[in-house]
Formats: sequence, C-alpha cells, structure tokens
Amino acid sequence: MTSFLDIRDLEAQIEADEGTKPILKGLSLSVPKGEVHAIMGPNGSGKSTLSYVLAGREDYEVTGGSVVFKGEDLLALAPEERAALGVFLAFQAPVELPGVNNANFLRTAVNAIRKAREETELDAVAFLKLVREEMRHLSMSPEMLKRAVNVGFSGGEKKRNEVLQMRLLKPSLAILDETDSGLDIDALRIVAEGVNSLRGPEFSALVITHHQRLLDYIVPDKVHVMAMGRIIHSGGPEIALQLEKEGYKAFLEAAA
Amino acid sequence: MTERTSSLQDIFSGRGGNGASFLKENSLPTRKNEAWHYTSLRGLAKTIWQAAPALDQGRIDVWLARLALPPAQGVVVFANGRFVPSCSSLPEGVILQADLTPEDGVNTTSFSGMLNEALEQKGLELHVPDGQDAGLLVMLVLNEGEGVSTHLRHKISLGVKASLTILEVSVGRGRYLNNPVFEIECADRAHLTHVKQQNESLEAYHLAFVSAMIGKKAVYESFTLQQGGKIARHEVRTDLQNEQAIAHVNAIQVVSGQSHHDLTSFIHHIAPHCQSRQTVRTVMDQEGTGVFQGKILVDQKAQKTDGYQMNQALLLSDSAQMNSKPELEIYADDVRCSHGATVGALDEEQLFYLRSRGIAEAQARAMLIRAFLNESLELLGDQTIVRDYLLGSMNLHD
Amino acid sequence: MAATTETRKTVETLAHSTYEWGFETDIEMDIAPKGLDEGIVRLISSKKNEPQWMLDWRLKAFALWKTMEEPHWAKLRYPVIDYQDAHYFAQPRKKPGPKSLEEVDPELLRTYEKLGIPLHEQALLAGVEGAEQPRVPVAVDAVFDSVSVATTFRKTLQEAGVIFCPISEAIIEHPDLVQKYLGRVVPVGDNFFSALNSAVFTDGSFVYIPKGVRCPMELSTYFRINARNTGQFERTLIIAEEGAYVSYLEGCTAPQRDENQLHAAVVELVAMDDAAIKYSTVQNWYPGDENGKGGIYNFVTKRGLCQGERSRISWTQVETGSAITWKYPSCILAGRGSVGEFYSVAVTNKHQQADTGTKMIHLAPDTKSTIIAKTISAGKSDSTYRGLVRMQPKASNGRNFTQCDSLLIGDQCGAHTVPYIESRNMSARVEHEATTSKISEDQLFYCRSRGLSDEEAVGLIVNGFCREVLKELPMEFAVEAQKLLQISLEGSVG
Repeated sequence: MTSFLDIRDLEAQIEADEGTKPILKGLSLSVPKGEVHAIMGPNGSGKSTLSYVLAGREDYEVTGGSVVFKGEDLLALAPEERAALGVFLAFQAPVELPGVNNANFLRTAVNAIRKAREETELDAVAFLKLVREEMRHLSMSPEMLKRAVNVGFSGGEKKRNEVLQMRLLKPSLAILDETDSGLDIDALRIVAEGVNSLRGPEFSALVITHHQRLLDYIVPDKVHVMAMGRIIHSGGPEIALQLEKEGYKAFLEAAA
Repeated sequence: MTERTSSLQDIFSGRGGNGASFLKENSLPTRKNEAWHYTSLRGLAKTIWQAAPALDQGRIDVWLARLALPPAQGVVVFANGRFVPSCSSLPEGVILQADLTPEDGVNTTSFSGMLNEALEQKGLELHVPDGQDAGLLVMLVLNEGEGVSTHLRHKISLGVKASLTILEVSVGRGRYLNNPVFEIECADRAHLTHVKQQNESLEAYHLAFVSAMIGKKAVYESFTLQQGGKIARHEVRTDLQNEQAIAHVNAIQVVSGQSHHDLTSFIHHIAPHCQSRQTVRTVMDQEGTGVFQGKILVDQKAQKTDGYQMNQALLLSDSAQMNSKPELEIYADDVRCSHGATVGALDEEQLFYLRSRGIAEAQARAMLIRAFLNESLELLGDQTIVRDYLLGSMNLHD
Repeated sequence: MAATTETRKTVETLAHSTYEWGFETDIEMDIAPKGLDEGIVRLISSKKNEPQWMLDWRLKAFALWKTMEEPHWAKLRYPVIDYQDAHYFAQPRKKPGPKSLEEVDPELLRTYEKLGIPLHEQALLAGVEGAEQPRVPVAVDAVFDSVSVATTFRKTLQEAGVIFCPISEAIIEHPDLVQKYLGRVVPVGDNFFSALNSAVFTDGSFVYIPKGVRCPMELSTYFRINARNTGQFERTLIIAEEGAYVSYLEGCTAPQRDENQLHAAVVELVAMDDAAIKYSTVQNWYPGDENGKGGIYNFVTKRGLCQGERSRISWTQVETGSAITWKYPSCILAGRGSVGEFYSVAVTNKHQQADTGTKMIHLAPDTKSTIIAKTISAGKSDSTYRGLVRMQPKASNGRNFTQCDSLLIGDQCGAHTVPYIESRNMSARVEHEATTSKISEDQLFYCRSRGLSDEEAVGLIVNGFCREVLKELPMEFAVEAQKLLQISLEGSVG
C-alpha cells in the first residue's frame, strides 16, 4: 500500500524574467497518515515552491514526478478539489482580498468543502456560532469577521486567520509554510496549539520552517532537510537541534 | 414642445439658441473631437427621433410595482418626459422653484448639454431652503418607445446648510434617447448626495450631463451606477469655486453584451483648499466597452488643492475593452494631486487563495467581482438605504 | 512665504538661466534661398548626389506634406509657422581635408571646444588625417546645420562590422539597407512633421549593427543648429540585427537668437530577435530668453520597432531646451516577449512649453513596457506628459507600468498629465500612477539644516526626483545631464 502522501521525483519550474527556472529537482518524500513532518532548509531551497505545487498553484509547471494523496493523483486536481480532498495550505504571505468580507469568505469556504464532502451546509447562525467559538480559542477579536480578508491585518493576525481557516476546514493534510515567521512568542504558542489540537490519527502535516523554535511547540515525527530542490537528509526530531547548532553546512557537504 | 419628425440634425439647425449653432458647425461629435474620442454617436444620426408620446398610467404602475424603490421622504416620477403628479410627492419644506445663479454658458463644451438645451423639457426644479434637511428624494425617470427622445432639464438648488439626497433611477423599454441635464447649485455648507442608477433598456441611448456649482464648505457627492443602455454616457462637471468645497464623483460601470458605458468628468478647482475625490470602477464582460475620462483642472489660485482620482477596470472577456484617460492639468504649485489607473483581469493570486480554500473557480471569480464592486459602494458611507437599494439591484447582497 | 520665493529663485537660476551653448560660429556657408518648393527638394537631393529613388521618395513626401495640416492637439501655443520663411539647406563650405589641427577652420574647432567635445575628438571631427586612435570609447558624428561634418572611429567600427556614417553617405554606399528600412517605422505620411522631414532632410546618422555584434563603443551624434533662419531636419536610422546591441547618444545645442528656428527630426529604430537598442538624448536646444523670445521649435518623431522576439528598445531623454517641444519617442512591440522602455526628464522654465511622452503599442504576447516620466516646471513654462499605452487583442500577458511625476516650482507654471490607456486583451495588465507635488519646505529645511545652500538643496532634491531616469543614462551623458540640471552630486551612498 502506498503512503498517505507520496511524492516521487517531483520536478517543477517557474517562468521568470530571465527565462525558465527549475526549482524542484527530483524531490521525494512520504508522509504516513497521522504523522507530522517538518521540512527545514536554507533560503531558496524550494520549500515554498513545494507547498504551492502541492496546493495547485498554476504558475509552477510540474515537469516530472508524481504526487499521490489518499490514492489519488493530486497533480491532476484543481486547487479547490485538492482542498475538498483535505489539503490545506497555510500561506507564508496570506493574500489580501479587498472588499471580500472575512465572515462571508470563511462561510463560503466551509460550505464549499462541506458540500464536496457531502455534509450539510451550515446556515448563518450555526456558522457564526462555530466561528466565534474557534476564534476565542485563537484569541482573535470577533471584529475581524467584519473586515475584508487579511486587509489591514497585522502579520500575527494574518497567521491566526490562516490557522482559523485550517481549524474550520478540518484538513487531513495541512501544509504550514513558515507560519512562524513574524510571530511573537505568544502568537507562536497560540498557533502551535491550534495545530496540535488537530493532531490525531486522521491528521497529517508538513511544517515548513527556518527555525527550530516552532518545533519546540509542534514536535514533529520526522524532520527532512531540503536543499537545491531535493530532500537531502531525513531523520528524527533531533536533526532540527543539530541544524540549530551546526547549520546546514554538514548536510550540504554530505549531499554534494 | 413642438412635434419632431425630422432627424436630430435638422431640428438642431432649424431651431435657434446655442444648440443650433453648435451642431451646425460641428454636427455630431466624431473621434476627432477629443471629448468624444472613445464614444461614437454615429448610431444617433441614423434615427429620426420623435418627441415621446405620453405614457399610459398602466405602464407607469407596472414599473413602480417592478422596481423595489426604497422608502423615501419624496418621490417624483417622469414618464416619457412628462411629470406624473399622481405618482409624485415632494419632501416636506422643499420649494418647487430652483434658485440658481444665472449661468454663464457653462455647458458649451458638452454635446449632451447642448443637445438638451436645444430640445429642453422642463424637469424637476426645486430648492431646499437654508438649514433644511430634506432627506431622500427618489426620482424615477421612465422612457418607452421606438425612436423617441426626452430631454429633461432639472434644476436643483440647496440653500445654506441645506441637505438632500437624490436617488435618480432611469429605466425604460425600447430604443429611445434619454438626454437629461442637471443644473445643481450648493450654497455654503450645503450637502447634496446625488445617487444615480442608469439601468436603461439595452437598446437605448443615455446622454446625461450634470453641472454642479459648489459653495464654501459645501459638498457635492455623486455616485453613479451604470448598468444598462446601448450607449450610455454620464458626464459631470463640477466647479469648486469657493474655499473648502468638496466634490466626490464616484461611479461603477457594469458593462456586458454589446453595451458601451462612458463616465466623463471634469473637476475644476477654482478656489484654494478644495478637495475632490473620484473612484470609478468598471467591469466589462462579453463585448462590453468601458470608457473613463476624468480631468482635474487646478487653477493658479487654487493652492492647497487636494485632488485624487482612481480608475480601475476589470476585463472578464477577450472581446471586452477599456479605454481610460485620467488627466491632470495643474497651474498651482502647492497642491497634492494624483491619479491612478489599472486595467486587467482578476488577480490570479487572489483566485488561487480562494480556490485553495475549496471554493470552486466560478464562485471564486464571482466573489472577487462582487468584492471589487462592493468596495466602491462603501463610498456611499452612511447612506445605507440607498446603498442597500443599489446592492439589491446589482444582486450583490452576500 | 519667503522659503517658497527662494526656492523659486534658486530653480530659476538652476534651469539654465544663462544658456552656455548660445554662441554662434562664423563659418563660410552654402545656403539655399529661403522657401520650400519642389525645386528646393530637388536642390537638396542634387547637392547630396542622391540616386533617383531617393529623389522620388522625397518628392512623394513633399507632395503628401502639401496635403497635410500642422497638428494642433498638443498643449502648445506658438505663432503660426511660416514654412516659406526658412532656409532648408545650409552647409559649411567644403575645403580640402586639413592636415593638422592648425589648418582646421578655427571657428569650427572653437565650436566643438565650447560644446565640450574633447580636443582629441575635435581633431577627429575636423577630419585631421591619422588622428584616429582606438582608445577613446565614444565614436562621434557631428551634424552641423543638417550636414554631417565628421564621423570618428570609423575604422575601429568597421572592423567590428558596424556601419556608423552620415545617412547621406549611407544612401550612396548602402542603398539596399536604406531603401529597405527608411520610412518603415515612421512612414512618410505618419504626421505633418515626418512628411516634411522626409522631403527635406539633409543629414543625420546611419547605424547598422550586424547579427550577433555588440557595438564596441557608444555611438554619439552632436546636433548643432548654427546658421540663421535655418530649419534643421535630421534623419536617423538604426538597425540592430539578431542578437546585436548598440547604445546611441544624441546631444543638441543651438546659438542664442531672437527669432525661432525650426527643428523637425525623424529617428527610426529597428530591433530584430534578441537585439537591443539603447537611445539616449540630452536635448539642450536654445530655449529662448526670459521674455520668451527666440528658441528652437522642436517637432520630433522618434519611433522604434521591436520586430524580433525578445528585442528591446529603450529611450532615455533629458529635455531641458527648446522653446517648444513636441516629441513622443515610441515603441511598437511586434515581437513576442519584446520590451519597450521610456525614461524621461523634462525641465521647462521661463516661457518654454513641452508636450512630450511616449506610445507603447503592444501587438504581441508577453510584451512588456515601462514608462517613467519626470516633469519639472518652473518660471512661466508649461509641461505636459502625453502618453498612450495600447494592448491589442493579441497582446496576451502584456504588461505596462507607467509612473508620471510632476514637480511645480512657482505658481506661474503648469504641469499636466494626459495618459491614454487602451486595453483589448483580458490577460494584459496596465498600471498607471501619476502625482503632482512641489518641493516640500520640510525637505528643504532638512537639507539646509544639514548645511546645504538653498541651491544645493534644490539641486539635491531635484536630482533625487529624477534619479530613476538619470541612472538609465550612459556615464558620458549622465555627467552632462547633471551639469545641465546644475545639481550637485549625491553622496556616495545610493
């Protein structure tokens, strides 16, 4: 049986001003059901590209390899179909949607996914009750429901809004792209709790980060070191500590 | 009003006044006429326009029942160019005679204004006395018929510290020409909100011209929604001739089918310390064409002018097109003036964000278009009744 | 407001209060009689020993011109131009080639010296035999009253396969190339002034860069109007073949005179696949005096065709001179992925009027254009940015970004922005921003509290305002441009 998420020899490129730029160069990675894996790597190693490719962003062209998720060819699906299947990307830089009311956005998303999963849609009252409850857990002001999505949100507010969406959409695979960047220690703890509370046999996550710090709060089952568009080393949580102490140099040299 | 049986040009040259000489010299404006570079009126010349016959009360009732007009302090109805007293009631305290300063040929640059002047029909003439808040006045303008035209001339004056909100709704059936003119004067500290819904028949021509003179610390706030018409142009000229006067000329144009919408504005800063704000958003689908021409002119004496103009257009189809000309003409040095314009498709990044949350592409697009228009409606501020009406008429309610 | 007044004064002096280049050179000239008719067109052609096809081309242009009307859509006011009241041909009387600098007409030499052209180059320009040395990096073509008097470094360029010569010579030496491209980008009947130029142009530069060649040095042309009542009509044609690159500089000056003089040039650029042409201009024609008397009427048509895929044409201009400027260097982006750029600083003072900008016509997919226009108005001048960005139906994924900023100094001047944006492609994106402001008292005070004089402060701020454009100029010209703006250099940072 294949794994829950199985990435094989993935290659992807992007059109840049200077021409086509390959970013993922044969990346392989497996995440079993119920496990949380961390991906660490230096800037420019392709971490964010991986998260965008998994979520289905069209400006990245997949030129090789495969991604199988829950037995399906993930790369053949539209972004919204991936979301319905249980993929959730917490964006490193959440997109601002001027004029789109946050409450309306959240409800539309929740109901779109419920509909796809053949669950009954939530009416406004039920939805508001649910979302207020979740917001309380994340120490978010209910006033944020009235604002346009991410517009004028502080860095911390944006990240919390991402975690709120994650909790509302109940994914089976969450990809957290540097969710810790720009967060102070209190916000970090709240975000981590938001993720940890979802942990269970039906929830897997890929936590992409620069820092060991986040992994103090979200302890991964496995850590992968990414560089030059590939996974160059995999191991237990102790790798993160080693990286924190010694940097990427040793891993890079070993891979070279 | 005389019966009209010949073509528009004939009428123009056969009648006296400014309008006649204007058309004799120039005929219909062409592309070479800078003000009409992007809007062609050639189709207008093909029709022999008749004076519109009176409209049956039954038809008027049908329209009134169909439109969900909001509750208001007053309603006035014009049908085929005629005032309909049986359906009209005025807000308390307003006087049925405008108090306008004799104009000194303000309209001579506008073809729409000249056309109206030549074939002028008496429209709404009212005055809001000093200090009076007249509330909301709904003005319904109906036109029905083939090859008929109406040319109502409305004159609105607000006294010192007076205030009024007008919701002008233009609808109709058939291939007609609606050519209204508003002469507006706001005395010191007066506040006029002029909201307009242009939802003419898709075969109709709509050529509107608004001239607003704004007093000291007075506000002319206009918001125009263009939805209908085959060729529709809303043209605004505001003169900020007293200190701290404020003009807002905002608009939304929703263009589909083969419609053509044109929003043309000319904001003249004459006195110092005045402010103008303009946000025009256009959404074009199918073979729709959008036009925005906005000019801010700042006179030498108009120091400390604060002028801002933003024009954004969304193209939703490969056959749609947008022409935009935001223009600044500035003769004072101590001013803050800026404009911006963007034309393009929906933002791919925003679309992806919505889709990554499970929202299907078509729905995500609809959400972003709605948001684009909704944001504009926010400019109506606390005019919630009017805003709700416009939201409803655009199907924009969440 | 004392500070405002001071600012104004400073800038009035700053924007060439004295026109340094306003001298006249007394040189023996051959001058055609005043007026313009078919006979004059024939005379010009015969003086240049042109082949029949060239004469026919001119006569056709002249016939067309007679049917056309002078355009008046620009925001420019000037008295009616009497096209019969000018000389259409003037050239320095030819003598046998001088053997050394001593033999060169001293007036001509003095002219170059005043223009700031280095002595060594002066020798080259004056045609001193054997003066060529391959160390100076700029090849110069000097056009004196519509006639190219000398072109330097021809040997070095020839070795690289580059043709750089007066267009009059190219008509005779390279007729195939000229016939193929002349009037291709700016058709004879494109506009009133291009038709006039086509009929009566007397000289200009011709540049041909063959496939794959990167031109080994900057090419430069100095235009000088000297003779009285002479119209100057240069014609420039630059062709960059596949993968070629050239940077071309153009400088212009004229003597101080009470009467207005007409200048109507045409510049055509053609770039093939992966070719790049960088065209820089420092325009410093005589602007007229404090009362608006005299000055050059500058009606110029400049247009580049990005014919090849991924080709690039970049216009950079610093416009400080002329009484009237009517000029819109444009790019036609016909090759897939081609790029057009327009960087402009326009300074007007006294009674100068400038109506200048660009057109970016996107015809092909993935084309990109950038427009950065900085306008500074002082005195009683008027300056207008006028630009057109058009996305045609095939310009999928086309991109344009436009930024227009105006700075007004004093309340007797005007600054205007007239952009036209036309989009017929859904996936194309056009962004336009424009601002108008003045030099803030805060900025001035801040600079002065750090010890800068008023003049230095204004210079510094104006320099900063124009920086995005000035940095596009090649070094040789950046210096001249800064001198023209009379501004002190910024600190070593930034």
